[in-house]
Amino acid sequence: MRKLNAFHGGLKLEGHKQISIQEPIITAEIPEELIHPLHQHIGDTAQPIVEVGDRVLTGQMIAQAEGFISAPVHAASSGTVIAIEPRLVAHPSSIKDTCIVIKTDGKDEWIETTPHNEDYKRMDPSGLRNLIRDSGVVGLGGAGFPSYIKLNPGAKNGISTLILNGAECEPYITCDAALMIERPREIIDGLLIMRHALQAKVCLIGIEDNKPEAIQAMQQALTLQEKTIIDVITIPTRYPAGSEKQLIKTLTNIELNANQLPVHNGIVVHNVATAAAVGHAVLLGKPLISRIVTVTGAAIDRPNNYDVRLGTSMQVLSRQAELQSHKMERLVVGGPMMGFEITELESPVLKTTNCLLTITAEELPQEMHAMPCIRCGDCIRVCPANLLPQQLYWHARAKDFEKLQQYSLFDCIECGCCTYVCPSHIPLVHYYRFAKTEIGAQERDRKKSDIARQRHEFNQYRAERKKQDDEERRRKKKELLKKSQQSEHKQDAIAAALARVNAKKEKAPANTDIDNKKETNQ
Amino acid sequence: MLEAILVLAGLAVVFGLLLGFAAIRFKIEGDPVVDKIDAILPQTQCGQCTYAGCRPYAEAIASGEADINQCPPGGEQVIIELADLLDREPKPLNEEHGTEKEAKTVVIIDEEICIGCTLCIQACPVDAILGAAKQMHTVIADECTGCDLCIPPCPVDCIYIVPIEETLETWTWPYPDSEQDQEEETGDA
Repeated sequence: MRKLNAFHGGLKLEGHKQISIQEPIITAEIPEELIHPLHQHIGDTAQPIVEVGDRVLTGQMIAQAEGFISAPVHAASSGTVIAIEPRLVAHPSSIKDTCIVIKTDGKDEWIETTPHNEDYKRMDPSGLRNLIRDSGVVGLGGAGFPSYIKLNPGAKNGISTLILNGAECEPYITCDAALMIERPREIIDGLLIMRHALQAKVCLIGIEDNKPEAIQAMQQALTLQEKTIIDVITIPTRYPAGSEKQLIKTLTNIELNANQLPVHNGIVVHNVATAAAVGHAVLLGKPLISRIVTVTGAAIDRPNNYDVRLGTSMQVLSRQAELQSHKMERLVVGGPMMGFEITELESPVLKTTNCLLTITAEELPQEMHAMPCIRCGDCIRVCPANLLPQQLYWHARAKDFEKLQQYSLFDCIECGCCTYVCPSHIPLVHYYRFAKTEIGAQERDRKKSDIARQRHEFNQYRAERKKQDDEERRRKKKELLKKSQQSEHKQDAIAAALARVNAKKEKAPANTDIDNKKETNQ
Repeated sequence: MLEAILVLAGLAVVFGLLLGFAAIRFKIEGDPVVDKIDAILPQTQCGQCTYAGCRPYAEAIASGEADINQCPPGGEQVIIELADLLDREPKPLNEEHGTEKEAKTVVIIDEEICIGCTLCIQACPVDAILGAAKQMHTVIADECTGCDLCIPPCPVDCIYIVPIEETLETWTWPYPDSEQDQEEETGDA
């Protein structure tokens, strides 16, 4: 039995998970219109490779990855591209982003796929990673980091431990639990492929103890031989146990700061749903075109997990889940702790959308106005990243960004524990998010102004050089003019000398005449 | 008495030599304060401060010739940073030099109208305009600092100012202000 280690802080939260996990996963209908944003992952935006009017098939790549950290986008069903235009996407800013819109034809005709079955064991890890990259697989746990990068062990670091994250610590969300209960084999197949790509020694699957069915299903799906390398580990239910760094601490007792990547310590963490997607990509040759989304909350009459085609609008999805819009007061994408509120239902389900949570007026906490900080220190006790939320708050309020970085603002995982316990109802995480994005913006400005400075200096250098060149040319011209004037004098002198010489010539010997001629030529 | 004077004089000579040597050995080329000021300035090179560019303005601030509130593109943020660096009191932007823009802007050239006169290319301090005589010109938006210096020389008025659109990558969370008001209210009570 593996010894588990508790991370600092954290909270015991009411799970609310039973609401959405009573029934098996429902396959959601394919909508008439699919909206595929080009930016669904961390890194560079994908570039469209189809045009308006093109017919596309299910699983066809419609936008390709651009740059190293990027992921392609695939059509989630067959149909015709009707627009490539800015549409609303689920984002706290409600900024529109370029999307490829497909009008589906209902045939759901697949593009030709090349299943690799067990061949992958003969493929080299780099080829395997390219295959996964082209399948558009990104971290499905929420961050959306392109998975193929996290399947590269790097030249130096050998990977000792591959961790699958099935903790799903946030209340209400059950999409990973449903996947583990119903499709454990898919997860394990994906895990074995990941293990092959990383050449990892041990695999651990961490699951919170409030999901006994999931733990049981995963354990039963393992063959005896697999049990020697894969270990399903029950971890205590404590939010945020499913955060990457906290999970690593729990399972291996290694603590990482913001600048350290798990891979530097020989550890890689992937979400269980990502593993299943990798399995699909390699074994079946099918790219990522659907995911499981939890639709839950008191305003939903059919709360459940839905297997949804990516690009389905939340409107269509919530209609299937029988949303009572008059009851709904707020709609949150993600969980109650880390999710964000959206106001429009038009935005599509993204690769990273794990939950749609409705909140009714009765559930909504009474509008609490923020009060001054009383320095009680509750936030410090619950912070799982071992930070000083109170200090961070003061400095963020004063916009003292330098101090914030000294207090390791970027180690904050925005889990929301501090906001949850704050007796003064201060929106602490909002302050940290503000400060983080503001620091990012300042850095971008700084970089841009550095480039502008360089370009301006070069511009001036060029102007200066041109001035000098012009001067030099003018000087040369003058000199030449002077020279030619001088040489006129010279020629007069030469003519005079010649005359003298000619006068002498009659007496002198003939050989000196040649020298004189040479001189005149010059 | 004499020994004391001699010892002190000796010490003075030794330290004098040491300081003299250090001054030569560790001499810094250029003025580091100017570099620090220049690093804060936004490098728009717009000349609104009445100097020929950001660096000349930085030199003028360092020599005490110019005030710290003459940079409209930098706005409040730059004034605060300069005040911090130079240990002076921050003051509001001098309106004589212009007002702070609400959003960052770049210019675009209407390529239909452009006659290819190259005047804007010569005016651009950061070489962000591309083109040749009697050929269409265009602005490299990524390099444009929004100084608007290319607009006056244009004989056909085909250069327009457009705000930089916010994207998902450049969006920042707003300052949680509603709470601030509340706090001040309760603070008064």
